[in-house]
Amino acid sequence: MITKRIIPCLDVKNGRVVKGTKFEGLSDVSDPVSLAEFYSSSGADELVFYDITASSDGRRLIWDVLRKTAENVFIPLTVGGGINSIDDFDTALKCGADKVSVNSGAIANPELIRQAAELYGSQCVVLSIDAKRTESGFTVFTKGNRVRTELDAVEWAKYGESLGAGEIVLNSIDTDGVKDGFDIEMLRAVSDAVSIPVIASGGAGKKEDFLELFRTLDKVDAGLAASVFHFGTIEIRELKKYLSENGVNMRI
Amino acid sequence: MGANTVIIDYGVGNLFSLSMGLRKIGEDAEITADVAKIKGARRLILPGVGAFEGAATKLRDSGLSELIKEEVACGKPLMGICLGMQLLFQESYEYGVHKGLGLIPGKVVPLKGYVDPGLKIPHIGWNALEIRKPECPIFKYSEQGDHVYFVHSFYATECEADTAAVTEYSKTVTATVWKDNVFGCQFHPEKSGEKGLKILKAFCELG
Repeated sequence: MITKRIIPCLDVKNGRVVKGTKFEGLSDVSDPVSLAEFYSSSGADELVFYDITASSDGRRLIWDVLRKTAENVFIPLTVGGGINSIDDFDTALKCGADKVSVNSGAIANPELIRQAAELYGSQCVVLSIDAKRTESGFTVFTKGNRVRTELDAVEWAKYGESLGAGEIVLNSIDTDGVKDGFDIEMLRAVSDAVSIPVIASGGAGKKEDFLELFRTLDKVDAGLAASVFHFGTIEIRELKKYLSENGVNMRI
Repeated sequence: MGANTVIIDYGVGNLFSLSMGLRKIGEDAEITADVAKIKGARRLILPGVGAFEGAATKLRDSGLSELIKEEVACGKPLMGICLGMQLLFQESYEYGVHKGLGLIPGKVVPLKGYVDPGLKIPHIGWNALEIRKPECPIFKYSEQGDHVYFVHSFYATECEADTAAVTEYSKTVTATVWKDNVFGCQFHPEKSGEKGLKILKAFCELG
């Protein structure tokens, strides 16, 4: 059967991998090309390459960095950040992406999901959602989590699925960077509402957090994290061995 | 003088990862549809993503179908990947009935209605290989249970005699077929990490 996946995320700014707490105080971690190559050959099941500032300042992805990264990655690679058009999809795929993740671009123009799914197939289209608790439930935020939208995360996920998204990355702003576990409550609400794979993001601090995630939420297919992997707090092979020994189906 | 390994370019799919994977294992590969280069190559790879009908039509209309069959008949190793593997069969039932290359007996049918209804289709992700023919040359460096990366909605059936490996997705799904010098992988070796690169390496030692 299909294994659960462990996905390191490379948040890229100005050609370098960065990761901050709650998206503030960004600190330089490493070169995306060497970091991606390292992950590709050390047990990661997939990689996400995310241009973290693209939506905020309107910059386009740094395509040559992506291309160099993709040249050394032999596992599935997802690219996101600043994807606003079919042209962006096309360029990302030509630069070596296997999947393309949309966030603000799809909020501004949901039809982008449908068009991309028709052109490239649903397996290629990932809807990335940043959400936070508000008085009205789980609300979608955008622009580096500074701008609140009118969208409810659960409804947006369902709508995205109906438009043809093949996968959802749900990043909880409430748990992001806190390192005290994934946002089980928010993930449950979204994964119960859709039938496409949901990737949990935000909050991983130790390997037990991943075990809790997969044990509690059968419908969550993958766990994504950045700094705990980049700083070596969690070693991916060791994490996967631990999960496997605890009954989670992993690729070892 | 062409490359030893030719990735047949018939206008479908993204060949970036595949050519990078071959480069990684030190293989001199070229993406081309050039007849002389295909004839001059020691081995051929037939890639492909997307729909069967469009791909089969492009192969036929470009004359590549006949060329591939001639080269295979002369003993040249051929590996089909994903849709390229499905094209090796006699026919596909993907939105109508379409003729394939007919290099391996069998047909391609939907996973929907075959695997358990609760399972997601496409079958996407890492799944384990159950190797049924360990003597298959492309498994020279592989082990039982190696995980490889799948993305597909259709699968090959009625090809038991030529099935070299399967995977389990509530039901048994054909993962690799092998008949003489023709090989087909439903999964993407170029996206299957080290294990996948080993399969490409073993193939590139043939021919």
